[in-house]
Amino acid sequence: MVEVKNVTKMYGDKKAVDDISFTVKSGEILGFLGPNGAGKSTTMNIITGYLSSSSGTVTVDGCEILDDPKGVKSKIGYLPEIPPLYTDMTVRKYLEFMYDLKRVKLDKEQHIDEVCRLVKISQVEDRIIKNLSKGYKQRVGLAQALLGNPPVLILDEPTVGLDPKQIIEIRNLVKNLGKKHTVILSSHILSEVQAICDRVLIISNGRIVADAETENLSKVLGKSDKLRIQVKGSKSAVINAVESIRDVKSIKTERELSDGIYEFIIEENQNCDVREAVFYKLAENKLPLMLMQSADPSLEEIFLKLTNDTSYAAKREAVK
Amino acid sequence: MTAIIKREMYSYFCSPLAYVIMAIFLFFSGLFFSLICLGNNTSELSYVFSNMFLVTIFLTPIMCMRLMSDEKRLKTDQALLTSPVSIPSIVLGKFFSACLLYLICMSIFLIYGFTLSFFTTPKWSVIICNCIGLFLLAATFIAIDIFLSSLTESQMIAAVTGFAAGLFVYLLDNVANAVTVSFVSKALNAVSFLTHYQNFTVGLLSLADIVFFLSLIALFIFLTVRVVEKKRWS
Repeated sequence: MVEVKNVTKMYGDKKAVDDISFTVKSGEILGFLGPNGAGKSTTMNIITGYLSSSSGTVTVDGCEILDDPKGVKSKIGYLPEIPPLYTDMTVRKYLEFMYDLKRVKLDKEQHIDEVCRLVKISQVEDRIIKNLSKGYKQRVGLAQALLGNPPVLILDEPTVGLDPKQIIEIRNLVKNLGKKHTVILSSHILSEVQAICDRVLIISNGRIVADAETENLSKVLGKSDKLRIQVKGSKSAVINAVESIRDVKSIKTERELSDGIYEFIIEENQNCDVREAVFYKLAENKLPLMLMQSADPSLEEIFLKLTNDTSYAAKREAVK
Repeated sequence: MTAIIKREMYSYFCSPLAYVIMAIFLFFSGLFFSLICLGNNTSELSYVFSNMFLVTIFLTPIMCMRLMSDEKRLKTDQALLTSPVSIPSIVLGKFFSACLLYLICMSIFLIYGFTLSFFTTPKWSVIICNCIGLFLLAATFIAIDIFLSSLTESQMIAAVTGFAAGLFVYLLDNVANAVTVSFVSKALNAVSFLTHYQNFTVGLLSLADIVFFLSLIALFIFLTVRVVEKKRWS
């Protein structure tokens, strides 16, 4: 449905997007994951034709963006990072304008009503956009993208600035939309992408550093080999006890909680599970265990891991 | 294009802007009309029209200042440029909406004409010629101001540069007279808005003047389209 081939975008000397290629199948929900400034928005802007790539091609449903920009644009519904709202208009008037602008050929009244119901903005239809809350503005932006039922939806951080209830609603909505549309969405929240998407692309410094189905994501990201424990007792006793376990690589004190409870991070040797051993060892030494959980790698750690790949770093150096 | 014209008209008339512009236009055209025509007992509207040159210089930058700059500032250009609409039709839509607002302002001259018809038979052909001239002049300034607005994200800068451009064009005759090199002076006189416009106000409908203004409009719309397009590539 969407094919991106060797796309590069230069801003002056800076490479914002560096030779990105991927395809999105029809009906797939693809997630772009990456830190701020990774090139997610730039890539989306190139696919939608807002920016031109410095080199490379984008094909949407068989239409090339440079040969047939109107064809491509009519197939895409786009919600940019900042919803493109004319804040002096009412919601209804704005949607009518976007409907006309996109030259949609459905029944106008009925279609706009339907879209409003879908994103739950029917009750604010007659209000002026600048008076709406951030969450409603985001939804109006989404409604605008849905006008004309485009086969491809591109959503740039659709849940930013929403409250938890709205985030869940929007996620469910996007998931439902994924049944009829091909969706590309970006986010810098790992759990969000995992919850919605079929496939995930991780972008860092303008390059794709991982491309995986969501189920296989943990394999790509690597299993967590760290444990976080909280133990009541003296610091040195805990460290001595845990260090005597065979598969423990290291233990370090994280911080002191209240009443002599300390938090430690245990690093285990690869492919080992030391949880049981830690439990018995601490029990043996009469050190009550208050909490034990796997210390999931944070997104930053994942990025560090993925972007510090030495072969890749060397390649980049060679290019420079 | 019609969608854009509709939106711009909505935005003009949903804010005080259109009313302020119409009020200023009405005030000054009314002032000139009563001072010149009613005060001097003449049915000659030409002087009124030649005075409208200055009013146009000051109104058009205000009409056009936000047309392109605000789209960039509020990021709404993302909606326009990712819709199946060509850039020329976006720019033309904005150009025509400003022209339409100016036409609405100009409709007051019909009333002045009718007022005169109580006293004498006005020379309708001269009035129509004047109207065409004023409209072409305003449309040219609108094209220039839209171009200036597309260069910046700030309405203020768009407006100020618009005033400056208008004033410079107004003073072009004086510059031409001050220049001693004859071919430069001739060239400056040839592009003088005032000279071309005054031909209309005296009732001369010449093809050269019409082509002069139309080609300037086309030039600045073309330049605006290029500026918008350039943003995609840089």
